[in-house]
Amino acid sequence: MAFREGMRDSIPIALCYLAVSFSIGIIAANGGVSAMQGFFTSFFCMASAGEYIGFTLIAAQATYTEVALMTLIANARYLLMSAAWSQRMNPSLSIGHRMLMALDLTDELFAIAIARKGYLNPLYSYGAALFPAICWASGTALGCIAGDILPSRIVSALSVSLYGMFIAIIIPPAKENRIVAYIIVACFILSAAATYLPLLSSLSSGTRIILLTVIISAAAALLFPRKPETEIPQ
Amino acid sequence: MNHNIYIYILIMIGVTYLIRMLPLTLMRRPIRNVFLTSFLYYVPYVTLSVMTFPAILQATASPWAGAVAFVIGIFAAWRGANLFKVAIICCVIVFALEYLFVP
Repeated sequence: MAFREGMRDSIPIALCYLAVSFSIGIIAANGGVSAMQGFFTSFFCMASAGEYIGFTLIAAQATYTEVALMTLIANARYLLMSAAWSQRMNPSLSIGHRMLMALDLTDELFAIAIARKGYLNPLYSYGAALFPAICWASGTALGCIAGDILPSRIVSALSVSLYGMFIAIIIPPAKENRIVAYIIVACFILSAAATYLPLLSSLSSGTRIILLTVIISAAAALLFPRKPETEIPQ
Repeated sequence: MNHNIYIYILIMIGVTYLIRMLPLTLMRRPIRNVFLTSFLYYVPYVTLSVMTFPAILQATASPWAGAVAFVIGIFAAWRGANLFKVAIICCVIVFALEYLFVP
């Protein structure tokens, strides 16, 4: 039953993933990634920001170390979510279930699982992961192919869906928490400065994102430390 | 140097999975270090913000269409539109503006 409940709750998430993964596929195709490879990567990664940066770096022929480091940083929030999930597990839950549940720990699936009462039910999470994983992977594969087939106007329009998703993730907490709002504005300004100013603009986009993320997050953590109880996002 | 796309993909999958799997299997107690918890709390917002702007201006055929989608997307999210709605609103705005103004 929990499996079916998970499937039902995840339908809107799956639709959203289908739209957004399309733009991930377009970016992947720029790096010479085939539809099959795109499907495979998305099915096992299930990470918008992480895949976006990974495919961007592949297109730039970055080193393997850069890809590993940037994947780590872009996905660092999952460390926190995984830690938060671990607090809600039945201590006797087997390591096999824990390892399988970790596969599809995305922002949205984290949120719907954590919204339920009591210990997390692995069956609910498997049910919830099914459609979103298929949609995310198929959308990426379609994006890889469609970048060439669709008219450029449509590709141009679809390519902003990813940024729309990013905006929808960062704005609600900014509304709740003024510090987060100021930090986001500072990020936009510093990121634009690093992209367009003479010396800084010579950095690759991957390096720029790594540096800005580490520097701004560390500065924010020093200036506005948070109490350990409030560590769980959303 | 020539890079193999399969190695790239395996690195992405491996790193992403380990990040999600290790705390879930190893952690039994909450993180106590204030700097670390604060840093981890801010990281998602900072990475996503830095990746959104100004990249959204470069993703579209006309940077102006990207800029308008950016502003209206923020407005819609502020007014409570969910993920799917914000993503679709941004797409529709870019399509409409480029259809009208870009020859």
